[in-house]
This record gives sequence, structure tokens and C-alpha cells, in this order.
Amino acid sequence: MELVISLAIGIVFASGIWLVLRPRSFQVLAGLMLMSYAVNLFIFVMGRLWVDAAPLTPAGKTPDPAILADPLPQALVLTAIVIGFATTALYLVVMIGSRGLTGTDHVDGKEPEL
Amino acid sequence: MNLPWLDHLILVPILLPLLVGAALAPLTQGWRRLKFWLSYASVLGMLATSLALIQLTDGGHWKDGMGVYLAANWSAPFGIALLADRLSSLMLLLCALLALAALHFTQMRWGRIGVHFHTLFQFLLMGINGAFLTHDLFNLFVFFEVMLAASYGLVLHGYNAERIRASMQYIAINLAAALLFLLGTALIYATTGTLNMADLAARVPQLRGDDLSLFKVGASVLALAFLTKGAMWPLGFWLPTTYAAASPPVAVMLVLMTKVGAYIVLRMSLLIFSGSAGGAAGFGQEALLYGGMATIVFGAAGMLSTDSAGRMAGYGAIISSGTLLAVIGYGQASLVTAGLYYLIGSTIAVAAFLLLIELIDRIRTPRSAMLALTMEAYAVEDTPVEPVGRGVPAAMAFLSLAFAACALMIAGLPPLSGFVAKFGMFHALLNPIDGSAVPTAGWTLMTLIILSGLIAVISMMRFGVRTFWASGAIEAPKLHRSEVAPVLFLLGLSVLMTVQANSLFGYLARASDDIRSPATTIERVLTHPALPGPTTPTTPATSLDEVMP
Repeated sequence: MELVISLAIGIVFASGIWLVLRPRSFQVLAGLMLMSYAVNLFIFVMGRLWVDAAPLTPAGKTPDPAILADPLPQALVLTAIVIGFATTALYLVVMIGSRGLTGTDHVDGKEPEL
Repeated sequence: MNLPWLDHLILVPILLPLLVGAALAPLTQGWRRLKFWLSYASVLGMLATSLALIQLTDGGHWKDGMGVYLAANWSAPFGIALLADRLSSLMLLLCALLALAALHFTQMRWGRIGVHFHTLFQFLLMGINGAFLTHDLFNLFVFFEVMLAASYGLVLHGYNAERIRASMQYIAINLAAALLFLLGTALIYATTGTLNMADLAARVPQLRGDDLSLFKVGASVLALAFLTKGAMWPLGFWLPTTYAAASPPVAVMLVLMTKVGAYIVLRMSLLIFSGSAGGAAGFGQEALLYGGMATIVFGAAGMLSTDSAGRMAGYGAIISSGTLLAVIGYGQASLVTAGLYYLIGSTIAVAAFLLLIELIDRIRTPRSAMLALTMEAYAVEDTPVEPVGRGVPAAMAFLSLAFAACALMIAGLPPLSGFVAKFGMFHALLNPIDGSAVPTAGWTLMTLIILSGLIAVISMMRFGVRTFWASGAIEAPKLHRSEVAPVLFLLGLSVLMTVQANSLFGYLARASDDIRSPATTIERVLTHPALPGPTTPTTPATSLDEVMP
């Protein structure tokens, strides 16, 4: 499972980097989104991989750490998703604004001279 | 004297701008005047709070000069801890002073275009203050994002093609840096099982083998995120374009944001990678030293190559970042004090210069040509009026003298604070603590600092001569009091720093002693008792190891 997960994260992140380096702003946006998915998965995995384990401790009993998943990365991921979502939405707005003002979707605001 | 409510003052610099910013959001532009004054009151409140915090930390109210605040009363390292010590209180004061100047400057023009300027400004202050106070890595990320999200909006403020182009790159760079921040934080959590900085500092010495190298990878990735913010070469290429494009009051706050990056790097490297950190001791110092030096060279070259004042200020900020990072990386205790003095002095100098640039621009493009450019694509309901009322007499004399003062401060020539800072750094560099000879790196750093000063003089002179002497028949621009006052205020601060250099150096020496003693910080943060609640908790876990495998 470790190999599959790490390969998946690596491939998604690498695709994101490639897209971020492209000249069109929509590609950059898609790249940033892919990278943030990869990072979210990465944070999640950093709490170790668990199958079928609850992150919550039962009330009134002393919890046994061996059967519980680490809840902290899950909380972190939740925060990271929300923040990433908001900033990406903002970038989208700026992108549309730039398209309207400059008439091109090139990240430099002008078409490269051929 | 034991007043428990005083502890809650630590929360005020975060809560106050949050509440005021939220309260301002629903008000329409018709309430412009009220919005301005509410915003102003909030900044004055922050100023008073930061002065009180300095008094509390330095006056001995808190043990070891450190005030710890446990958010939601969760004891560290489980909950988020906020730490107010001498350094963070001073940074809060610097932030409040710059915000006051920037806000006062917006009174006539910039606060009138665009609708949510004051809300965004307050949120930006909340993010910056939070980043100074927090003692938790992930919470730091959240405050960074608050600060950045507000700054995206503010850089776009006054919306023209140049700003939107600069913003696109600024936002893309910072989103990528935020992802690096998350990666670094996750790796650090994976290896140490904690995000509290004091707890981290306590656990790092026990790291061995794979965990240690993985931790170092995490720390490096994290440092990349801070150094992008702090504009270390080659990560700082976005800075001059963004500074030149942003409106002046916003650019002032951006200058402070680059210093947030340097502040975090300073704090982390002294707390977590201190001499007692075992295998991780002194990690990354060389990279900071040489990276900082490269940044100075890059900034100096850029300054020489440009003739736009906005870009010049940007490169000035890069030089000051580079000097700071090199000073941190040099790793000599006595240098930190002078470095902190330099941090404050150079921030104020670049901020004053940025505000001055807009006024100087009016000599070249009289009337409100620039504002018209700004308004080009922005549909504002009520057109901002020209500054009314009496202009300031002797505008040209004021502009040229203020420009000369800024040039002196940025270049580090006597008699203003820039010189005192450089003198302090040279004194520390020439007197190594153990009495040994000054290493080559020390000589190189001194040479670079002197050269960058020389280059700053040359480019500022060139700009000054072109603007004030050689511009032909010029008409004195119309300046409003509210625009002149902030510049005078910042210059006055610099004079005050020079006159009071002795007591300020004393305070900074105590502040750098604080951050250089990780053991005290660890002890103070981790043993801070949670307040007894109305219900007693049932069998609380005593350490993280019990909950975590």
C-alpha cells in the first residue's frame, strides 16, 4: 500500500509541477490544484497509513493507541483543503480579471513575440 | 502584582483586527469616514497593546520575560500556544507603527478607491500579528495564509493592468510556497510527532538516523517557504515587480511581510537548531550565510540597473533581507542584536521611501495622472476627489530633504539609524566572541555590506539628481498634510532610533538573549499551567506518546 500511495502522490505532484511551469494561466491554475491535492494526501499519509481505525477515542475509557488512527493529520488536512480551496478560487478571479484586461491568458499578460 | 487578565492582552493583537475587519465588511462606501476612523482606532489599540506587552515582558511582570497564552486553555503541546516575549512584542510594535503610517497615508486617496480596503488591511494586520505571536507550526501556516490572502486583495487594490499582472505572479509564487510550507510541516510532524515549537526543540536532540535526516529534509522544505517570503536569492525574483506595482500604503505592509519571513527563520534557527540540538545543531546556517550574501549581490546589481523608484525600493528591501539572512547564518551571538536593530531600521527606511515615491512621482506626472491610470478599469461609484484644503508649503524642499534622509538611511551613512546599524554589525563581526581572528566569511560579508551601501548611494544620487535638479521647469506638487505626516513620522522614528540607540540596543540584547536560550523557552511553554476549569478532566494523557503510537 505504501508504494502505491507514494507513487500516486509523486505522479500527481510531478504533473502539477509540469503544469505550473506552462505559459497559460489556466494550466498554472490546474497545476496548483493538482499539487495541492498531492500535498493534502501527503499530510494525510504522514500520520501513517491505517485501515479501518477510528480517529476518535471512546468516552470514559483509556484509549489504546494501537487501534486508533492519528487524528491530527486529519484535522490538518481539513484546514489545508479549506485554505487551498479559497486561495485557488481567488487565483481564478484574478485570472479572469487578467484575461479581461489584457485580452490574453498568457501569464505575462502579453503574447510572446515570435 | 498578579493580574491574570493581563495575560489576555496577548490575544488582543489578533482578535482586535479580526473583529474590526469583520465589522467593517458590511459597511458600504457611504460610511467611508467611519470605516477609516474605526480602522484607525483599531491600529491605535494595537499600538497601545504592543507597548503594554513590551512593558510586561521587559518590566518583569512575566517570569523570564515570556508571556504564554494557551488557546482554549489546552496545555502545551496539545493546544496552540501563543508566546509574547521581548522580540515578538517589539515586532508587534513595529507592525503597529508601520500600519499607522500606511493608514494615515490612505486617508486622502487610496482608502477611497476600492470598497474593502480597510477590511483587508485589518485582516492583513491580524495575519502579521498572529505570525509574530504563535508558537505552533500549523497555526503559523494559518496566519501566513490569512496574511497572504489579505495581501493578494491589497496588491490588487486600485486594479489596473500592471497590478493584475504582478498579482498573478505574486499569487502563483505564494500558493506554491504555501504548499512547500505544508510539505515541510507534515514531514516535521511525521518525524517528531509534534507541531509546538518548544516541544519540537525539546524532541529534536533525541532524533537519530533516518528520522534525523527526514527531519532535516522537512526543515529545509519549510525554510524554502519562509525564504520565498523573505526574498532570498534566487527565490525573491517576484519582489521588485510586486512592490513597484502595489499602491504605496500596501507596499509598506509588504516590506514588513518580507521581515516576517526573516523573523521566523531567526526564531526557528535559534530555538530548534541551537547548539544543544544534537545532530541537528547549526543545520542550514551555511546555506543562510551564503544565500544571504548572494541576495545582497542580487539586490545591489538590481538597484544599479533600474531607474524606476519603485523597483529601487524593492531592491533596497532585497538587500536588507539578504543582510539579515547572512547575519542569522553567520551564527555569532553578538551579531544578532545589531541584526535586529538593522531589521527595524531598514524596514522603517524602505517604508518611508515607498511612501515618498508617490509624492515624488507627482513632480514628474503632475495632477492626478497616476490616479487616472488607476481608475482606468475600475468602476468606482463615487469618484475620488483631488486632495482638498491647504497644501503643504515648501513642498519641493520637503520632498528633497526627505528623499535625502531616506537615501542616508538605506545606504547606511551617518547620522541616521542605518549607520548605527551597520556600525553595530561591523563591531560584532570584527570582535569574534572567542577572540579568534575574523574568518574569511566575515570579511566577505563586511565587504558586501559596504559595497551594497555604496551602490545604494550611487543609484539614489542618480535618481535624486534626475528628479530634483535636472527635471527642468517644474511646478511644486500639491501635497496634503495627511500624506506628508506619515513620511515625517517614519523619519522621526528613525531619528528617535538613532538618539535612543543605547537603550534600544540594551532592549535588543535582552531580546536576543531570550531567543538564544531554548531551554528557558521550552520550560516556560511546556510547563505553563492550564487554568482550572469548572469540571475536572478525567484522566488526562500526560504526554503525546501515550496517545500516539
